[in-house]
Amino acid sequence: MALLEVKNIQKNFGKTEVLKDISFSLEKGEVLAIIGSSGSGKTTLLRCLNFLETPDKGTISVGDKLLIDGADKTTLKDEQIRENRLHFGLVFQNFNLFPQYNVLQNITLAPTLLKKGTTEEIEQNALRLIDQVGLSEKIKAYPCELSGGQQQRVAIARALAMEPEILCFDEPTSALDPELTGEVLRVIKGLKNENSTMIVVTHEMEFAKNVADKVIFMADGIIEEIGTPEQIFENPQSEKTRTFLQNSLESF
Amino acid sequence: MSFLEIFAFLLDGFKISLLIFAVTLLCGAPLGLPIAFCSMSRFKPIRFITKVFVWIIRGVPLMLQIFIIYYVPSLLFGLDIWKRVNLYFTTGNQLSYAGSVIAVLIAFIINYACYFSEIYRGGIESISKGQYEAGYVLGLSKNQVFKNIVLKQVIKRIVPPMSNEIITLIKDTALANCIMVGEIIYKANVLAADKALIWPLFFTGVFYLVFVGLLTIVLGKVEKNLNYFRS
Repeated sequence: MALLEVKNIQKNFGKTEVLKDISFSLEKGEVLAIIGSSGSGKTTLLRCLNFLETPDKGTISVGDKLLIDGADKTTLKDEQIRENRLHFGLVFQNFNLFPQYNVLQNITLAPTLLKKGTTEEIEQNALRLIDQVGLSEKIKAYPCELSGGQQQRVAIARALAMEPEILCFDEPTSALDPELTGEVLRVIKGLKNENSTMIVVTHEMEFAKNVADKVIFMADGIIEEIGTPEQIFENPQSEKTRTFLQNSLESF
Repeated sequence: MSFLEIFAFLLDGFKISLLIFAVTLLCGAPLGLPIAFCSMSRFKPIRFITKVFVWIIRGVPLMLQIFIIYYVPSLLFGLDIWKRVNLYFTTGNQLSYAGSVIAVLIAFIINYACYFSEIYRGGIESISKGQYEAGYVLGLSKNQVFKNIVLKQVIKRIVPPMSNEIITLIKDTALANCIMVGEIIYKANVLAADKALIWPLFFTGVFYLVFVGLLTIVLGKVEKNLNYFRS
């Protein structure tokens, strides 16, 4: 039984069809990489999973629980949406840390407000996560005092603090200087070794190839090709995939 | 009259200036918040009505608004409420202008609430969507996100424009003398008329300068206290 089941998701923005018919499933502990050119709908798909957008059609289920049926036009209550979101975590491209809180507070804020345990438990858990992303010396630092890579690692710890079943990353290294991408990718790779279920939208082909269990190539709002990294990178079936990979892997 | 007597006489007037300043700030600043939310409402008619209202209040001189609040009740309804309040508080031959002060306060509070609301709106709209979304994906409610994440960032951004507006406010209180409220300039005019003393009028500037100096220090401290983060 798949942990995540996405069926026939469609999403339009006005007349533009951004997602045409997206279906895929994900097993517990699997890492899915989504690649594709800009405007192919990768980010919108991730935003649908996190209920920042509502799909026009299609269903999203986690475990055996149907979270949303786009065809059902009764709008979900805020409370319901919030509950649904807790299945997922999202790490943004530009981190979106809370600037007025230090590293520890950024991580403990949501668990504290949502009463996910005693103050002590929450703090202990946060300290463990900070250690896990290698920032134990920066507990009291504010986001503006951190490098982009460090900020993104805090953002990962912040998402983990809510213990989501599926952690999503929206181009987590795209806003980083090249020399800082490594530290973030290493953290994500470390999570894979802990059996976290993850969906990573990325432009880092090497990373997708080496870390993902499953790769989706998206083009123009549809899944052009889906398969293991070997299938997609060594033996792509679709012409579009081949062109995209050629362009992405081109060396100068 | 000795210098000290004149100083005390002017200070009495400046107390009225400070009263108008403080009450306007204490009532106008909170009142600006619902106006700001209305001007950002998703409901179009509310947004429209609020914007027209703010346009009128900001588009008409405050002095004219004071006149309107002061004279219109008696002109329209034959009800001279402000003068009645004045009389009510008058004891012996000590003429009270409490009613006029209330009229001035109403005009000031409405006027400043509109200016504040635009500052709030600018501050709230300048916070990136990502801050809200980061809160939402963690499972927080809209209220929690606003209160715990957005608000402090808004405050940091509105402190400089609010400081400006607050400094303007203390000087605007001089407008109250257009309906004979005894604020400091009015008092200085009394001295000029009754005692043929013109220097106290210029001396009133010292009161404003000292007070604005104090305000600048306090507001600067507030700004500095929020300097620990960048947003």
